[in-house]
Amino acid sequence: MGHGRGETVLDAATAILTAHRRDWSPIVAALIRLTGDWDLAEECAQDAFVKAWERWPVDGLPDNPSGWLMTTARNRAIDRLRRSSLERRKYEQARMADHAPDAPPSSDVDDQLSLIFACCHPALSMEARVALTLRSVGGLTTSEIARAFLVAERTMVQRLFRAKRKIRDAAIPFRVPARDELDERVDGVLAVLYLVFNEGYHASGGYDVERLDLSTEAIRLATQLAELLPTSTEIESLLTLMDLHDARRAARVDDLGDIVPLELQDRARWDRVRIARAAARLDGAPLGRYQVEASIAACHATAPTFDDTDWVEIARLYGCLTQIAPSPVVALNRAIAIGMADGPAHGLRELDAIDATSLRAYPYLPAARADMLRRLGRIPEATGAYRAAIRLASNEADKRFLERRLQEIDRP
Amino acid sequence: MRYMFLICAETAEIAEDDGHPDRDPTSWVKEMDGRGVRSIGERLASPEDATTVRVRDGQLLLTDGPFVETKELICGFDLIDCADLDEAIEIASKHPMARWGMVEVRPFWTPPPRS
Repeated sequence: MGHGRGETVLDAATAILTAHRRDWSPIVAALIRLTGDWDLAEECAQDAFVKAWERWPVDGLPDNPSGWLMTTARNRAIDRLRRSSLERRKYEQARMADHAPDAPPSSDVDDQLSLIFACCHPALSMEARVALTLRSVGGLTTSEIARAFLVAERTMVQRLFRAKRKIRDAAIPFRVPARDELDERVDGVLAVLYLVFNEGYHASGGYDVERLDLSTEAIRLATQLAELLPTSTEIESLLTLMDLHDARRAARVDDLGDIVPLELQDRARWDRVRIARAAARLDGAPLGRYQVEASIAACHATAPTFDDTDWVEIARLYGCLTQIAPSPVVALNRAIAIGMADGPAHGLRELDAIDATSLRAYPYLPAARADMLRRLGRIPEATGAYRAAIRLASNEADKRFLERRLQEIDRP
Repeated sequence: MRYMFLICAETAEIAEDDGHPDRDPTSWVKEMDGRGVRSIGERLASPEDATTVRVRDGQLLLTDGPFVETKELICGFDLIDCADLDEAIEIASKHPMARWGMVEVRPFWTPPPRS
């Protein structure tokens, strides 16, 4: 293989990987619009990329890679429909007719948004929404998604199969929601993306360096959504929130994989440039849930030291969040912030006022209590609370962190 | 797209309590018939009046009562023909029993496409 040929192969590989991220979702969306068949759409998109792997290294890059892929995928879909049985053709024609008549000619943007909204439809289970979004919008393989969520591949195959069957059988629409329901549906999409981000950020249940980086995927998908819906400030806020978390990632886990508590994190390892850029975007945005959460993250991220953190402001922001999106977890975080702002005795009082019914299996509640009791010098009670937290912790790093704290107070 | 709405009450008391104005579906029926999305629907007698029929090894087996015992009970049904699930959800959410019980929105079976 000559030098030139090697470069062509490398160029082609880079171009295909780039194209996969950029073009997967538009192709799948356009083919679903055309055929109404999700599996067919994904298979034909896949086929187009396989063909690109065959052709591009030999023929060189096409002038318009996106157009080449879209045409190849569409031709493949038409070809497959032409070859399929009469019954299937009837079915497909019926589907196409269903889509055709009153629907105005749709744009690529509408197609892509329709795909996202269908994947995140509230009539699907949250698990199904997450899996579908990563598969159909994100273009991840079923095995990548299974691995990222630590489930068997056949479980993920089943989950995706059932979700697509429900979309088809129950007629979950493929369209952009009407203006009066748009905000609510956008919130639903953001909840899915934030869950994916958090799953990556706080991977629960063991270590696997080969695991796909779900946080990066979530940021990529949110960026894509922000481009498709530039008027939504909540998407911008969610992106800012993810940026602020992600910028501190390097300091969050030590070389052994242990979680470093915020207090002990080496702030020199935070990406201050990224933090400053993200925090600057927060000015003046209206007060939505993610804007408040991003403001809280910004308070942490811009604090020069742990002691210099504006805990009063953080407690106030959690108070706002209690109004907009109340949950026991928000109440817990507010109690922690009050414990920092006004002292552990105040924090403990707030903690005791939380309705903890839904937090019975949540390790961070006894962990927070343990920390406050430790700071109050109530060691025997703190010991009990640390033990309770350790029993509940599903993340090995969390467990090690709590065990270390427990040892520190056991042997002062 | 056709759906069967199974109208359920949360408790037997609610199902059997007649004449509660908030649960009267008359105006819902009128609205949906007017929109042309509801083809038929009926209120059902108490599950206590149900007979469950099974045939096993050629033998007819009868049980008094519904086939599944739950606190919630099906007290009516409607057949709805509308554009898609979003419209079906909108229609179901307007049914008075959505506030006192629940409405299961079940699509009619369609044959899976054969490849």
